Amino acid sequence: MSTLALHVTLERGDFTLDVQHELALEGITALFGPSGSGKTTLLRVIAGLERSARGSVTFDGDAWQSAQSWLPPHRRGVGYVFQDGRLFPHLTVQRNLEFAARRAARRAIDFDAAVAALDLKALLARRPGSLSGGEQQRVAIARALLTSPQLLLMDEPLSSLDVGHKREILQLIEQLPRQFGVPVLYVTHNIDEVARLASHVLLLAGGRMAAYGTVAEVFVRVDLESYTGGLEAGAVLRTRVAEHRDGVATLVVGGERLRVPMSDAPVGAVRPIRIHARDVAIATERPLHLSIRNVLAAKILRIEPSATGNVDLLLDVEGERLRSRITRDACDELGLQVDQYVFALIKSVALESTLLG
Amino acid sequence: MTELELGPVWLSLRLATVTVIVLLALATPLAWWLAFTRSRARTVIEAVVALPLVLPPTVLGFYLLVLLGPAGAIGRFWVQITDTTLTFSFVGLVVASVIYSFPFTVQPLQAAFESVGKAPLEAAATLGAGPFDAFLRVASPLALRGYVSAIVLTFAHTLGEFGVVLMVGGNIPDRTKVISIAIYEQVETLRYAQAHVLAACLLAFSFIVLLSVYMLNRRMPLVKT
Repeated sequence: MSTLALHVTLERGDFTLDVQHELALEGITALFGPSGSGKTTLLRVIAGLERSARGSVTFDGDAWQSAQSWLPPHRRGVGYVFQDGRLFPHLTVQRNLEFAARRAARRAIDFDAAVAALDLKALLARRPGSLSGGEQQRVAIARALLTSPQLLLMDEPLSSLDVGHKREILQLIEQLPRQFGVPVLYVTHNIDEVARLASHVLLLAGGRMAAYGTVAEVFVRVDLESYTGGLEAGAVLRTRVAEHRDGVATLVVGGERLRVPMSDAPVGAVRPIRIHARDVAIATERPLHLSIRNVLAAKILRIEPSATGNVDLLLDVEGERLRSRITRDACDELGLQVDQYVFALIKSVALESTLLG
Repeated sequence: MTELELGPVWLSLRLATVTVIVLLALATPLAWWLAFTRSRARTVIEAVVALPLVLPPTVLGFYLLVLLGPAGAIGRFWVQITDTTLTFSFVGLVVASVIYSFPFTVQPLQAAFESVGKAPLEAAATLGAGPFDAFLRVASPLALRGYVSAIVLTFAHTLGEFGVVLMVGGNIPDRTKVISIAIYEQVETLRYAQAHVLAACLLAFSFIVLLSVYMLNRRMPLVKT
């Protein structure tokens, strides 16, 4: 567990970045928010790429920046994966990687281990110009790792890739913290990536921190709906793969089971899934003769009226939070009340569309 | 067949080589600054750098003569420390050439650094490279084409200068009598045959140099970022 204490402000035109918080970093922490919310700028401030940032950045007690001092990027223990890779076009893949390895202050990460982890062996003699987008990003990730960073910063590393490459690299990124013992700060505006990768999320809006917590905590909050996408987001359930056959995975949430089409789902793996509130219907009895396969027993925690004649229900499913949006009429007809036990009906297609992996 | 006068050829080549070396050392930091600064002084400096492009060489030469002459500010200082005059000497020619060819080195380098941009330098910094390291290992190789253009253009331009040399250096064999001056002198004294040889050499050389630059540019699809 590492601690990153941020007390930074940066002004640029009429945009102000102002983040005052201490982050406990472990695994992957998502830096999430709408476009223009300052995610990339914050990442650049942490890396020391924004000279005009005021305040302090302290990592595990090391002052990377304070009122009196300012460490340039090459003296901070960060690895940085840029959105566009930024490989050096005049060097081969091997030389790109060596560029980082040679300059590393300490050599905690082995060259061959990084090459193997990102499957680069066959690419070492190639030039970046001849690589596909996905290959370039794999090299960029390995290169950042080879600086043996204390903290790995990733700025939307998947944004320029097609779906197939996204999936492949997502699986690699997922392994990084455990494999190399380095915490990751991951910028994205894609909710699916947050759900799939991150344990914690820092939500930025208008240059300020709107929320910080576990992914489930932040995404279930109704007051953050405008940032997390509300209905679009719904909730994130942490599930575990119990079985995977013919492209359909059986996921377990507490004692409940969900069947979801998935291409890659090793048994035992944790697979967070995102369920849209509008894709969750409610029944007061376990329904029979229904085309919907996924039915979860749930308890109503909150009933909140929302705009346009709907109500939002916050549900508890074996300790996990789920959201449902139904019409006010339906709510009245069913006589729904807080603490009541109901059944949440989830359309499989809703799950399918949210899955990256 | 008249005897070929080789002195001016060697002198011109020496002058051009020294000028290129001095200019690379001076122009690189300036071009770097111009490419990346946000200072308002940039526009003014750019205009000053470009002046030799539009000034008549005689105007430039006149001011240099005043400045570098024994009575001028720089010339007097030079006499004090070296006991020789700066005007009508090889060193004086180098100083004049450096100023005269300044934009031919600065502008290609500045354009090259601008096209390299900040992105690769930021990447280098996050990979542990200090500023000079990043300049040497990342920016310079990526700006290689700019260096080739700068070197060739500066060399060829220095080789071809006439007005400034005449004003500052005069016509002293083996010290300031470069090819262009020699040709002028030969024409003045009606030695056309010799003038033909030198002029043809200069023409051929300039063409070959430019041709190789363009070929190099085409053949070397230098990695764009």
